[in-house]
Amino acid sequence: MTVTTTPQDAEFAVAVREIAEGVAAGAADAVDRDNRFPHEAVDALREANALSAYVPSAYGGAGVGFRDLAGACFDLARACSATGMIFAMHQIQVGCIMRHGAGTEPFDGYLGSLVAEQRLIASVTTEAGVGGDLRSSVAAAEADGDDVVFEKKAPTVSYGAHADDFLTTMRRAPNADPGDQVLVLTHAAQTDLEPAGSWDSLGMRGTCSPGFVVRARAPKAQVLPHPFARIAVETMVPFSHLLWGHVWLGIATAAYDRARAFVRAQADSAGTVSPAGRRLSALAVELHAMRSELRAATDEYSAMTTSPEGVEEAHTVGYAVRINMLKISASERAPAICAGALLICGMAGYKNDTPFSVGRHLRDTLSGALMIANERIHTTNAALLLVHKGS
Amino acid sequence: MDDRIREVIETHARLDLDPSTLSEHEDLYASGMTSHASVNLMLALENEFDVEFPDRMLRRSVFESIASIRLALLELSTENAA
Repeated sequence: MTVTTTPQDAEFAVAVREIAEGVAAGAADAVDRDNRFPHEAVDALREANALSAYVPSAYGGAGVGFRDLAGACFDLARACSATGMIFAMHQIQVGCIMRHGAGTEPFDGYLGSLVAEQRLIASVTTEAGVGGDLRSSVAAAEADGDDVVFEKKAPTVSYGAHADDFLTTMRRAPNADPGDQVLVLTHAAQTDLEPAGSWDSLGMRGTCSPGFVVRARAPKAQVLPHPFARIAVETMVPFSHLLWGHVWLGIATAAYDRARAFVRAQADSAGTVSPAGRRLSALAVELHAMRSELRAATDEYSAMTTSPEGVEEAHTVGYAVRINMLKISASERAPAICAGALLICGMAGYKNDTPFSVGRHLRDTLSGALMIANERIHTTNAALLLVHKGS
Repeated sequence: MDDRIREVIETHARLDLDPSTLSEHEDLYASGMTSHASVNLMLALENEFDVEFPDRMLRRSVFESIASIRLALLELSTENAA
């Protein structure tokens, strides 16, 4: 496999890193404490045209590769978890539109406005009454002349109040089965959000993800042409698990950074590495394993997306098992690494106002196991493993 | 063989339509088979025909129609005979 980095990729990576370090990092504590949207970082990402970075140059975007998108999620989350997660979730939506709408209208036109206006896209996939199953809907698209109308009770819509557009899963029609789903793009002007719940959460506070009753009316053409079953397998699920994984890796790395700085400060003053400091080595092993798993899976997926045979590979039982295992592994490792960093930093890590505080990182990474609940994924994989031989 | 395949489909694929009306190339996924149902179909076919599908066969294209399932089963029986 050849790893190519284009000048656009490199330029994008540098711009994102500058935003992470220069803008997002400084606001991270306030974003967490005040439960607020990371406006300054998202504005800076818009300014750098980063929201359309994955859009190909034919549409005016930078056309950066998937690997660099993942790298950007890592860099942003290392500075501010919420910024990283918002960026990741937005890019998942961009990926779905690009890979399942491009070449048709109105999506070609939309990709142009995404570039020109740096529109932020939120995801409306959660729903009351489906038990957390992404692949099952209660809400349905109802035809009304040339429009579709829908109403969906969504318990968690990340940055819903700050989004310019929404991608919503629902049944194809009122008489369709729960699993016969489509994905519908609606603009904020076409979408009514009735607040339904708060977001005073343990972590990931800056993602501002309360519930809403979402009601919208949009032209039928805004239903993505591919069935959601296909969009989920080829794009939404691998994009989510890989980009979320890089967000969690970024947060875990930030906690590791603080633990390392703590051990270094101790060593500088005492002239020796304390027993707690030796845990740093164990932590580095965990971080390395997590990084290696994510890197390998990202390379695999990047290669798969370049050919029709590769895309078909996403439809194998083996790939479903692997990408599910990756999600479980990354979401379990990240909080474990943050907890390890806490043991190293001790009280300085436990307090919220020291250079070695890691409470925020621990709280933020605990969300990973809940985003498409690991228990549900274990149930799915347990069924797949009955037929998958693992040879 | 086709009758036995049809029977397994009828019990496990949970299609929107009557499986007896399926043509042999009709797409089962397009006829309402979910990914969950497709795994049950794979398991049931392994039991019915006493075979084990190797991992390389556990893909959408192999289980998308009666004809593709028959082809896979024939390939396995040839391999076993060889």
